[in-house]
Amino acid sequence: MAQKTILRKPRGFIDVYKHKPGAEKDRTHYCPGCGHGILHKLIAEALEDFDIVDKTIVISPVGCSVFAYYYFHTGNLQVPHGRAPAVATSVSRANPDSVVISYQGDGDLAAIGGNNILQAANRGENMVVFFVNNAIYGMTGGQMAPTTLEGQITTTTPYGRNVKTDGYPIQVCEIINQLTAPVYVVRTSLHDMPNIRKTRAAVRKAISNARDKKGFSFVEVLSMCPSGWKMDSVPAQEWIKENMIPRFPLETFRDDSEDTPAIERPVPVMDPDEVKRILEYSALSDSNLEKNPDAAFEKVAVRIAGFGGQGIMSAGIALANVGMEYGYNVSWLPSYGPEMRGGTANCSVKIQSDTVGASECTEPNMVIAMNQPSLEKFEKILVPGGALIYNSTLIDIEPTRTDVEVYPIPITGIADELGNTRVQSMVSVGAFAAVTEMFDPGEIENLMTSLFKGKSDKVMKLNEKAVRKGYEYVKENFS
Amino acid sequence: MNENRKYPFSEIDPDICKGCGLCVASCPKGVLVISDKLNSKGFHFSEYVGEGCIGCGNCFYTCPEPSAVTVYLRNYVPEEVS
Amino acid sequence: MPRKLMKGNHAAVYGAILAGCQAYYGYPITPASEIAEAASLLFPKFGRTFLQAESEVAAINMVYGAAGCGLRVLTGSSGPGISLKMEGISYCAGSALPCVIVDIMRGGPGLGNIGPEQGDYNQVLKGGGHGNYKVIVLAPNSAQEMCDLTMLAFELADKYRNPVFVLTDGVIGQMMEAVELPEPVTELPDKSEWAVYGTADSRHLINSIYLDHDDLERWNRELMKKYEIIQKNEVRVEEYRIDDAEIVTIGYGSSSRVLRSAVDIARERGIKLGMLRPITLFPFPVDEIAELADRGLTGILTVEMSDGQLVDDVNLALRGKMISDLYNRMGGNVPTALEIVENVSELYGV
Ligand SMILES: Cc1ncc(C[n+]2csc(CCOP(=O)(O)OP(=O)(O)O)c2C)c(N)n1
Ligand code: SF4
Ligand code: SF4
Ligand code: SF4
Repeated sequence: MAQKTILRKPRGFIDVYKHKPGAEKDRTHYCPGCGHGILHKLIAEALEDFDIVDKTIVISPVGCSVFAYYYFHTGNLQVPHGRAPAVATSVSRANPDSVVISYQGDGDLAAIGGNNILQAANRGENMVVFFVNNAIYGMTGGQMAPTTLEGQITTTTPYGRNVKTDGYPIQVCEIINQLTAPVYVVRTSLHDMPNIRKTRAAVRKAISNARDKKGFSFVEVLSMCPSGWKMDSVPAQEWIKENMIPRFPLETFRDDSEDTPAIERPVPVMDPDEVKRILEYSALSDSNLEKNPDAAFEKVAVRIAGFGGQGIMSAGIALANVGMEYGYNVSWLPSYGPEMRGGTANCSVKIQSDTVGASECTEPNMVIAMNQPSLEKFEKILVPGGALIYNSTLIDIEPTRTDVEVYPIPITGIADELGNTRVQSMVSVGAFAAVTEMFDPGEIENLMTSLFKGKSDKVMKLNEKAVRKGYEYVKENFS
Repeated sequence: MNENRKYPFSEIDPDICKGCGLCVASCPKGVLVISDKLNSKGFHFSEYVGEGCIGCGNCFYTCPEPSAVTVYLRNYVPEEVS
Repeated sequence: MPRKLMKGNHAAVYGAILAGCQAYYGYPITPASEIAEAASLLFPKFGRTFLQAESEVAAINMVYGAAGCGLRVLTGSSGPGISLKMEGISYCAGSALPCVIVDIMRGGPGLGNIGPEQGDYNQVLKGGGHGNYKVIVLAPNSAQEMCDLTMLAFELADKYRNPVFVLTDGVIGQMMEAVELPEPVTELPDKSEWAVYGTADSRHLINSIYLDHDDLERWNRELMKKYEIIQKNEVRVEEYRIDDAEIVTIGYGSSSRVLRSAVDIARERGIKLGMLRPITLFPFPVDEIAELADRGLTGILTVEMSDGQLVDDVNLALRGKMISDLYNRMGGNVPTALEIVENVSELYGV
């Protein structure tokens, strides 16, 4: 009678550990009695039993399990210390059908990677986290971990962990359990056979959750580090029971997997025509309205300045847009940063036929000042012969410059008459057009249709009126 | 594998075993022992005494080395182990 | 050609989408936040991933993961955030993962300010992260180039399996210009040789560990060889009125925009000024700059918005045949064209 071989090295493991350097490609690098090996075996067995070895991706950050990729017959990413949950996040988003495992030690997860684990848990990423709590830094030779017990001696707590100076051992499951998103949070232990079997059940539950796209499962495993603890393996199991469990109670903190629907991720759109449709290529500007060949200005470098709420930035953008519609090269540069908070805002706009160099108008040939401080500040930098347009509704002082063309225009007033202060920027666009004569005014309707594409007729008409009013005011008063 | 062995039985690869003793401690029948002999890596490896195994699987699950322990059972049904 | 007025920061996101970038991971910081904002607006429209990470450290590690899964992936940040990303960038380089990082430089050190600066030059180009590696660095100076060079960045990243930086300053990021939107890429490169897709055929390993010293040295040399090829093939520069120039200014990013204006002003004054602008900072235009030394120029003036970081590389390239002078502004100040012309006149008596 054929006998079945049972309980052999699970197929979740690589047959020959080809990535492991040196001759010993048939055994792990773990110390005798190390809990990592036991947990590895439980994981590898579950992957085989669920027939998901192929679609599993294991993320191994730094710690003794940094070499987990030697062993698992899966896709593997070795990653920086503490960052496995961040990497697992994007791996899971990239391959929504895969089973993503973040395998972390306590230093890795609870110290350097503390925020990463919380945030991935809080997002409810579809992944399993195996958290090996061995109360110590194993790999680097036995230093204090966030989970090191009170009074425990490590190489960096030679007098024992002093909770007054080093803090208390962190109970990670309890913290994760405060979050809304995780579906499964459990703490188990490897200190004896019944508990290894409970760990096995937890491992299988968590992995099946990821397979079923249930979201975030967190399995904390109390685990022996005989080397770090300077103990034999069996006493190490005893040590967990005596010392760790009182601080880290074994418990299923949460199990919502039954009631949680599967996570669905969208399929990315990559088709070029579809991309162009979504980006609205058909609506892009290619109007090339007629320039005025007899323009008074060949190129304009204008500073627009005023109060924060006066639509300074949008007036500048409108001007640049108009310039673009007429086929000019344009640039718009805001003053950004703390200056903005002071209540005044200004921007630089350049409109010209040749390539634009510096985008900040440090020597503008036009200034549009919408309030008094702006007039005082920017009239100084206007080049001789330049144009100074200012908002005479709000500014009742006279400019000091006499070597420039001055255009006092009641910009706010005109906008108010039209019933909407917000169209000030369009009034200034009209004034700008009249002063520079850069744009053929006959094109204004076409301009409006391309500037306000998709907007209501009413909006378009109002703005058109504002431009015309600004234009006419200049023509009537300064010609 | 010795075909004449009595099932179930546990087989430990003496060369892979790291001699941690976890399997010995976990065996309900006390049929695993740490050998006096050393393996090529200098570990006193674990050995099945040759009789008395009930196929509980404890030694397999408690062993940290993926391929150190294999347990052979007659008419194995996975549910029995879980 | 259809054009759209947009900020440099937005243009980079358009470039990424057109290049087939499938995921954006980032953390907000001025003056780069518009990149995250635009990505958050646009990526979901394509069913692509936008995620605001918990930190720049997390963001770059998410980039590492997505790149390891064969996606085109983008992150954007500025000085302090780039400092935090450095460990992850070193891992990306060490694991040969293609990815694109946009750095919109601001004032430093420390929290500095959010004005435009170029002080990240050394941290981006001279490692920044640990170990023997280089990143390709593209330096756009217009909104159009923010789009075009971001697209190119993805091409180069995949071609060389290496992280690529798009390095510019707050001015270029914040400035709006008309951008001609190019055609979207039609085909993405095949990465099935190494990327991890969670399938039986893609059981690959993404890794930067080489425990054996000789193995690691072999890998180091392979990387060096790759960087040599990049140096040979990928140098890009812009020259402006340089043919008859007696004095050449060198600068990148927004200072090169000012240099263009300065050259025009100088020419009006009869000063034969020209400009050479590195578009690639690694590979640095070593030969192009070395060649300047053989022209019998009156002077070479490096203009930068940092404390003499670019000028070091210019002088290395000049190999002692000439020494470049330095004109720099910092703290968020951008040099003006007049300032530069006056400096040229003073320095060289023209
Ligand atoms: C950024 C960084 N800091 C420090 C280290 C060094 N380091 C390697 S492993 C480790 C501790 C790992 O401890 P833990 O996560 O508890 O895993 P264990 O080794 O105990 O399994 C440290 C500090 C590193 N690799 N990277
Ligand atoms: S140091 Fe500790 S955790 Fe690391 S392999 Fe050894 S026993 Fe395991
Ligand atoms: S299977 Fe059970 S009874 Fe048999 S040797 Fe192993 S632990 Fe002992
Ligand atoms: S548990 Fe495994 S490694 Fe430890 S003694 Fe038993 S067979 Fe050997």
